[in-house]
Amino acid sequence: MIVLPGELIDERKGRKLGKGVYEENGKVFAKVLGLPRVGDNELSVIPLSGAYLPNVGDRIVGVVLTVEISGWLIDINSPYKAFLPLAEAVDEFVDTSRVDLSRYFDTGDVIFGRISKVTKSKNVQVSMRDMVSRKLYGGVLIKVSPTKIPRIIGKGGSMIQMIKQNTRCDIYVGQNGVIWIRGDNKSRAIEAILLVEKESHTSGLTEKIERMLSG
Amino acid sequence: MSRLQEKYALELLENGKRIDGRKFEEFRKITVEKGVVQKAEGSALVNVGMTKVVAGVKLEIGEPFSDAPGEGVLIVNCEFSPIASPDFEAGPPGEDAVELARVVDRALRESKCIQLDKLAISPEKVFMIFIDLYVLNHHGNLLDASALAATAALTNTRIPKVEDGEIIRGEFTGSLPVVFKPVVVSVCKIGNRFLIDPILEEESVIESRLAVGIRDDNKICALQKQGSGTFKFEDVERMIDIAVAKSRELRSFLA
Amino acid sequence: MKKEVKLFVNGRRVDSRLPEQLRPIDMKVGVVSRADGSAEVRFGNTVAMASAYGPRELYPRFLQEEEAGILRVRYNMVPFSVDERKSPGPDRRSMEISKVMRLAIEPAIFLEDFPKATVDVFVDILQADGSTRVTGINAASLALASAGVPMRDLVSACSVGKIESTLVVDLNGVEDNNSESDMAVAMMAGRGEITLLQMDGELDKEEVMKLLSFARENCRKIYELQKQVLKEYREGE
Repeated sequence: MIVLPGELIDERKGRKLGKGVYEENGKVFAKVLGLPRVGDNELSVIPLSGAYLPNVGDRIVGVVLTVEISGWLIDINSPYKAFLPLAEAVDEFVDTSRVDLSRYFDTGDVIFGRISKVTKSKNVQVSMRDMVSRKLYGGVLIKVSPTKIPRIIGKGGSMIQMIKQNTRCDIYVGQNGVIWIRGDNKSRAIEAILLVEKESHTSGLTEKIERMLSG
Repeated sequence: MSRLQEKYALELLENGKRIDGRKFEEFRKITVEKGVVQKAEGSALVNVGMTKVVAGVKLEIGEPFSDAPGEGVLIVNCEFSPIASPDFEAGPPGEDAVELARVVDRALRESKCIQLDKLAISPEKVFMIFIDLYVLNHHGNLLDASALAATAALTNTRIPKVEDGEIIRGEFTGSLPVVFKPVVVSVCKIGNRFLIDPILEEESVIESRLAVGIRDDNKICALQKQGSGTFKFEDVERMIDIAVAKSRELRSFLA
Repeated sequence: MKKEVKLFVNGRRVDSRLPEQLRPIDMKVGVVSRADGSAEVRFGNTVAMASAYGPRELYPRFLQEEEAGILRVRYNMVPFSVDERKSPGPDRRSMEISKVMRLAIEPAIFLEDFPKATVDVFVDILQADGSTRVTGINAASLALASAGVPMRDLVSACSVGKIESTLVVDLNGVEDNNSESDMAVAMMAGRGEITLLQMDGELDKEEVMKLLSFARENCRKIYELQKQVLKEYREGE
C-alpha cells in the first residue's frame, strides 16, 4: 500500500497532479513516503510524515509572534512564518498612528484563521475575515504530525466530533498540526487525539477511541 | 548581476557556444613557469586563462607514517586566498579548498609519481614534502590548474643537503625522484554535451563534473565527481575518454 | 606503501566473504525520536546513524536562497569509532566527505519545494570498519525519506575495489587500507543516475568501467533493501 519516493504510481493520462507526486515523460512518480491516491481526476500521495507547508485555504491554529506596524507575524508551525495584515483581521477602521495593534492581538495570543495567500517564494498571508476565524482564549495547544490531521478530523468530521461530544471540550483543529483544546476534560480529549495520531493507520480505530472515551 | 552573466553563459552553452568563443574541448591559454619562488625547494606558477595558481614545495625532516616506515611523507595543502576573489574569505580553508587539496593529493599519491622510498634519511627520519597551493586569481577551473602547478613544482624540486640531521638550506644534493607527471582534467557535463576547462561564468551553470587524474601511461589514478548534478553510466566512459585525450596536451606544458 | 597483509586465502577474503559478497546488512528506521526522520545502517562492523531535520527555517538569513531550499550534510566520526581515538570535531577528511555526501544526495531532493528553508542531515559514524561514507549515505537516504522530505528517488551507495586483481564489493577497514584501487559510488538506482563517484588507484579505463558496473549492480541490491525497510516502517512501532 505504501509508496516510496521514486516509485511509479501510474501514467498521467491527462489527470491533475495533487500533492506528493511528480511527473516525468508522462509517468507519475511518488515524491514522498505515503499512501497513493489514484483517482479518475487526480493523482496524489498522502505523506506519512513531513513538515507543514502551507496551502491557500488551509485552516490553521497559529500563535502571534510579533506585533508589527500594520499587522502581526504568526507562527504557523511551519518553516515559514505567516503575516496577518490589519485589514484581514479587524473590521473597523484603525488609525495606526494612534492605536497600538497589540490591543487586538498581542504576542502569545492564539488565533484560528485561514491561509489566504502563498507566494512562490513562500511568503504566507493569513486572513480572519470569515465567520469561523477567531481569537482563542484560554485552553491549551498540542502539536501533532500535520499528516495525521485528516484522520483526527475523521470522515465528515466524525472523529473529532465524537471526541468533542464525549469530553464536552471546545476543540479547534488546525491543518498545520496545531490543535487547541479547552474544557474540564481536556486531558481525556488530548489522550484520545494522541492515540488517533499514533494509531492512525490501524483499522477499528473509531471503536477503540469510543471505548477509551466512555471507559 | 552575476546571475545574468550565468544565464548568458548557459544560453550559449545550450547552443554549442562558449562565452569566450572556445570550442568545447579547448583549453584556455596555459603557461607554466618553474622556479618562481626563491626560498622554496621547488615551485611553479601556472596560468590557465586568467586563473592563476602558484605551488611551492618545501622539504622538512620528520617521522614517517607508522604504516609506511622508511618512506617520505607527502602533504598537500591549498588556500583560496582572499586576494583571488571577492567570494573568498580570510580564515582556514573551507570545504572547497580542502577538497581540492585532497583530490590533488590523491592524484599525486596514487600515481606513485614520487619514489617516496628514496626519501629516507635514517631509519626514523624521512623527508616530508609539503606542497602548498595558493590560488592567486580565481577565474574558473582551479583544480586542473592547481594539479598542474603541483606536478610542475615537484619536477622543479631539489633535495636539500642534510648534515647531522639538519637541513642546510640553499645547498642541494639532487632532484626529487619524480617518475611520472600526473595531471587532472575536469570534464563537465551540460545537457548532453561535455566540455573541459570551465571558465568562472560557466562553473555555476554546469550540472556536474568529473575530475580525472591521469598518469603518463594513461592509467586513471583518481576520480572525483563534483557538482550537484548526476551522470548516466555511459557518460562516465565518455568523460574519461575526453580526459585521457586532453591529458597529453596538458602534460606537454610540463616538459 | 602498505604493510604486507594477506587479503585472500583460498579465494576468501579476510572476513571469509567471497569477492562479490556484501557484509551482513542491517537497516532500521525511526531510531531517533526527536528527529523528523532517522535511520541506523550497519554493513558488517561499520555503523552509521543519520538524523534528518526539516524542511525548517534557515538562519542566518543570508544563507537563504529565494528560489529553492538548501541541503546541509555533516559527516562526523565519533571519537571511539576507530582504533586510535579520533579527536572530536571536523578534520579535513570529514569536511571533504561532508561535501561529497551532500552532492550525492542533493540531486535527489526537490529543493524547489521549500524555498528559503533548509533540510539538515547529520551522519555520525559510530563504528568505522571501512566504507563509512557510503554506509552514511544509505542511512541519510532512509532518514530523509522517513522524514517526508520530497525526493525523486532514494539514494543507494556502495564501495567496490580491486584487490590482488580481483574485483570485490563492500570493502572493510583492512581492505580499504590495502586495496590496489577502491571506488565509492552512489546512485538513484531507480533512475540510473550516478550521484557520487570517487576512485583512487591505478586503473585503465576498461577496469574503471568494470568496477563501475559492479558497483551499479550492488547499489541496486542495496536499493531493494532500503525500499523494504521503508515499506515495513511505521511510526510508533
